[in-house]
Amino acid sequence: MRDGGGMLKFQRFVRAANIDDALEVLRFRKGAQVMGGGMWMRLSKRTVPCVIDLSDCGLDAIEETADEFRIGAYVTLRQLECDAALNAATGNVLTAAVHDIVGVQFRQLATVGGSVFGRFGFSDVLCALLALDAEVELAEAGRVPLATFVDMPYELDILTHVIIKKHDYRAAYRCVRKAATDFPTINTCAAYWDNDWHLAVGARPAKARLLTGAELGVTSAEPTAGELAGAIEAVRGLAYSSNIWGSERYRRHLAGVLAARAIVAAAPYATQEARDAASAACAHEEAIR
Amino acid sequence: MSMIVTREAERANLERIGERTVKKDAAALLSGKPLFTNDLVPADTLTVKILHSPYAFARIRDIDTSRAMKVPGVAAVYTYRDVPDRRFTLAGQSYPEASPYDRLILDEVVRYVGDEVAIVAAETDDAADRALKLIKVDYEVMEPVLDFTQAKGNPVVIHTEDNYHVNGAWINNDRMNNVVASGLSEHGDLDAAFAECDIVVDETYHTLADAQAMMETFRSFAEIDAYGRITVTSSTQVPFHVRRMVAGALDIPQSRVRVVKPRIGGGFGAKQSGCNEIFCAFVTYKTGRPSKIIYTREETLASSNSRHEMQMHVRLGAKNDGTIVAIDLHTLSNQGAYGEHGPTTVGLSGHKSLPLYNHAKASRFSFDVVYTNTMPAGAYRGYGATQGLFAVESAVNELADRLGMDPCEVRLKNLVTPGERLAQYDDNELYSCNAAECLRRAMDMIGWSDKPLVRDLGDRVRGLGVALSMQGSAIAKIDIASVDLRVEETGFYTLSIGATDMGTGCDTILAQFAAEALRCDTDRIVVHGVDTDVSPFDTGSYASASTYLTGMAVLKASEKLIAELRARAAGFMGVNVDDVLFDGEELLAYAPGTLEVPDDADRPEFSGIYDDVEAIARSYHMAQAAPDAEPIARMTLTELANKLVAGGDGDCLTAHAAASSPTSPPPFMSGIAEVDVDKATGKVTVVDYVSVVDCGTVVNENLARVQAEGGIGQGIGMALTEDVQYDARGRMRTRSFMTYKVPTRLDIPRVRVEFAPSYEPTGPFGAKSIGEVVINTPSPAIASAVAHATGHYIRTLPITPEKALFGEDSGK
Amino acid sequence: MSDKLMDISITLNGKKVAASVAPDMSLLAFVREQGCKSVKCACETTNCGLCTVWLDGRAVLSCAVPMMRANGHDVTTLEGLQAESADFARCMAEEGAEQCGFCSPGLIMNVLAMEREIRDRAAEQGVEHVMPSDEDMDSYLAGNLCRCTGYTSQRRAIRRYMASRFPSLPEGAASCGLIVGEGE
Repeated sequence: MRDGGGMLKFQRFVRAANIDDALEVLRFRKGAQVMGGGMWMRLSKRTVPCVIDLSDCGLDAIEETADEFRIGAYVTLRQLECDAALNAATGNVLTAAVHDIVGVQFRQLATVGGSVFGRFGFSDVLCALLALDAEVELAEAGRVPLATFVDMPYELDILTHVIIKKHDYRAAYRCVRKAATDFPTINTCAAYWDNDWHLAVGARPAKARLLTGAELGVTSAEPTAGELAGAIEAVRGLAYSSNIWGSERYRRHLAGVLAARAIVAAAPYATQEARDAASAACAHEEAIR
Repeated sequence: MSMIVTREAERANLERIGERTVKKDAAALLSGKPLFTNDLVPADTLTVKILHSPYAFARIRDIDTSRAMKVPGVAAVYTYRDVPDRRFTLAGQSYPEASPYDRLILDEVVRYVGDEVAIVAAETDDAADRALKLIKVDYEVMEPVLDFTQAKGNPVVIHTEDNYHVNGAWINNDRMNNVVASGLSEHGDLDAAFAECDIVVDETYHTLADAQAMMETFRSFAEIDAYGRITVTSSTQVPFHVRRMVAGALDIPQSRVRVVKPRIGGGFGAKQSGCNEIFCAFVTYKTGRPSKIIYTREETLASSNSRHEMQMHVRLGAKNDGTIVAIDLHTLSNQGAYGEHGPTTVGLSGHKSLPLYNHAKASRFSFDVVYTNTMPAGAYRGYGATQGLFAVESAVNELADRLGMDPCEVRLKNLVTPGERLAQYDDNELYSCNAAECLRRAMDMIGWSDKPLVRDLGDRVRGLGVALSMQGSAIAKIDIASVDLRVEETGFYTLSIGATDMGTGCDTILAQFAAEALRCDTDRIVVHGVDTDVSPFDTGSYASASTYLTGMAVLKASEKLIAELRARAAGFMGVNVDDVLFDGEELLAYAPGTLEVPDDADRPEFSGIYDDVEAIARSYHMAQAAPDAEPIARMTLTELANKLVAGGDGDCLTAHAAASSPTSPPPFMSGIAEVDVDKATGKVTVVDYVSVVDCGTVVNENLARVQAEGGIGQGIGMALTEDVQYDARGRMRTRSFMTYKVPTRLDIPRVRVEFAPSYEPTGPFGAKSIGEVVINTPSPAIASAVAHATGHYIRTLPITPEKALFGEDSGK
Repeated sequence: MSDKLMDISITLNGKKVAASVAPDMSLLAFVREQGCKSVKCACETTNCGLCTVWLDGRAVLSCAVPMMRANGHDVTTLEGLQAESADFARCMAEEGAEQCGFCSPGLIMNVLAMEREIRDRAAEQGVEHVMPSDEDMDSYLAGNLCRCTGYTSQRRAIRRYMASRFPSLPEGAASCGLIVGEGE
């Protein structure tokens, strides 16, 4: 064991002065890779010829403008978790998504850019962002909707920012972890904005998927039990598979349950009665009676 | 005249025993001092790394190390061709070990994914890593036995080597059928007893090969000392056994090996087996250079040892009124590739579970331990009892549920009581037992009588479950502990022990015993880590032995030392030794006859097993308060001690004593779990856990409490999150803390522990053990709480959300 | 593989340290080489928290920080916080909560970081700092594994220490989320 050494080895470490320099190294040095927090990257047992560091590129702030939040790629998950204005504006889903990820010391290193660029299936950050009106900003390709980016191939580009556009978000995040700070078995984020529902389901265990509007089967701001039943069915229509965090069958069940719970939690029901009536759809999913 | 004699009535007078003494090493540990093995490695030490087998079962056809040897900085690469062909076991057990000799340092045949193929020693980590990649191995891959239920009699035989050796016929080894050991113990007429039963619970339970997961992984370093001997510094619970293993593996005399144990970052039984000491010792033996080996977490999880996976078939017969009449338990234990601790752990699955229901008219316990091509099992806290109690306590809970009876009532109706002879416990007499009190108190703590077993909380269900546990205190007639106690200049004491503090605090506990006996502050007792060259022999810290057994040795040594101090003081004062009293500070001489004690004063009130029980049983009579009479002469301990180290009449006093016990008195414990299960996700949350422990006299309340809380924490992990998984080719999938989930503080409730101490007459000041009994209740208690909440009886651990939701058989 | 050494310099426990290191050397390996043996490695996968140090005052996992990233920054280990940690160490010892002690330095670093963060955030928000709830403390410290204690004795020690540092929450008042934002 290298006492405390990572498993990843690299031969060069380039601290880029700005994004242009970073891009140049990325393009011209074969096998070069940008390092985000490096949390996942360091776990792979391989040798990278050159690691590019963006610490000096000013990407570590969350900026708020009149109509969006601009989150630098080097903003840590801990910053994301604790940013009061951002979380107040987004139904606290970002806090909810990240606050059980390993521990504070981990989240002070892991970055938003690393989480999003990696497009990991288990990603809590990606799942939460996907339900919001989010874009990524790439140095080369410019702004791309997050939902598009998720399916893009890994290209030689640098993710510099994640942008969340402002809306009157009603949102909630739900996941199940076998152990408290474990990877999620399923994660879901429901958000109502721009008169439409957006539901992301991740850890299937494949990459998060986004369902909206008609394909989700929920249109009203205050979804009824019937609509929720439709949403559950829609969510269960996605592809799921088994791994050590859960079986395909359990994931499919869980995705429906958590989706319904997230929607009910997010929806601005005018009355408690309406909320209770909708919750019946969740209760219907109870396998334990 | 024996001076230290104890009785239950005098327990309240003890001063050092029961104190919340801060651990002697606490300040150093908490300031981060370099005290652990890897903090002490000398400079210019070779780094040793192991090439592990990627196959579950294979023969090495050819192995080419030439390219690896050419890597700059590589000092040596060794294969099976380089090591002695003398088999040994890594089980840290008393000689002759119960475990078969089925290992070599490196073998031509590899028997599990992770087995050792080659040893690399290099100047740097990087060089060693590069060399590992360049070793070319041609494997003849063989069909493995991965399913332990199919191992016995399988045409694939895992150990066929000529020089396989078994020390004792009693283990019933039948390795050509992959059987490490088997056995049977019967009591009463089982068929007749079952014929009497109104109801029989007939179920099979399954526990996994959990990882001990101590925070400090396996590690050791070796060097040659000034006398040309190999010194191994190791994070081990069994330094004296490691000395034997290293000598055996290297095929050199034990006199050429020295083992040093510094502070240990946890062991939990893992370090009761040798692990990597033989590799660095071999490298140093061959190269003459210091070498170190530090296992990664991955190696520690996938290439060392674990709990024995067990499948237990229980038939529990009872009357309709809940009276337990007959119990039949068969345990199948998965040994994995090598036989460490196989014949012994399995015994505890029956011998430490069935005696709880000792009133049963008949019981039978039978077992097989089988080899498979999975990681070897070894020792893990609870050592088989944990597995057996999950099965038996779960069956008792199911019995109660089927009868519609309160599970606590069923227990109180059937529970063993003091004075009984334990049919499935070597017919030992049970001198001390507060099991029923442990249960009643726990019921009070949780408010049992006011709560239904299941309550609907909307989207969750809350369930209650209970379990009892017992264990032993040291291995009867096999463990031995010895101590040296020295009085030093100015009158402090040095207590040399061979017991290995692994964070549990036995250094402090043993100092408390000495301080109590010698009537001084615990600070006046100096204790240090173990060094086989200078520490007195001790089989080691396992089997819940240190407090009970080494504690007795400390008492005996204290008694001897006091006798010597009195004798020497009598000489200096010119009086008869019988007239000298030692009160801790002074030696007081009285007029003849003043100190006479009536013959019948302090006989322990039991008789029975072996003669030497009496010798080791004591009632505390030291405290005869100084008589009213004025002493006729006196000298302080300091004066005496200073005279003893002076020339002329000096006689630097050391008392040596050893202890061994004919019996292994069981501690008891109750546990009640309150859990919430999410109705739609199955997620189980332990919301409350209460426990009451009978460990005999509580020697240090803080340390005993932390033992209990810690054991319960590990038990909760075993019950809920620790899920060992293998792939179809026999490779462990749960090989890091990302996949093997030891509980975090968010997974563990605020555990509440109380004590209901009985008084063990054979133990030091009435103490029994506590280290292991505490891990056994969470699994059965939580499983029962989940069953009450969901209707699903989970009989294979862990209880994942998925199993709690759907039941474990659905969807299979 | 790390052929080309690179020059770095950091402030370690208040002292400037300069060295040439392999580009992929971790901060953990470096501080141990510098004699800060309180910093332990127990998992290699960023799960255990034993290698916790402060990087510019924030608690981080030193195993996951490349030395090149620490270059120019301020690093603190328990060796540099002997006086500051003494009170909490005493609370731990009095509960027997250190047990084997192997995970203690990492926990101490994070408890002291938590204390500091509460003060900093309170100052930032212009509110009075108060004792965090047990749940908040568990959540903050979840990344510090311990296999010996089952955490309950640690909780007693941490609570006792924090109570000696902060006024308690008024009866019935909600925790103001100083440690973690409001989840769910």
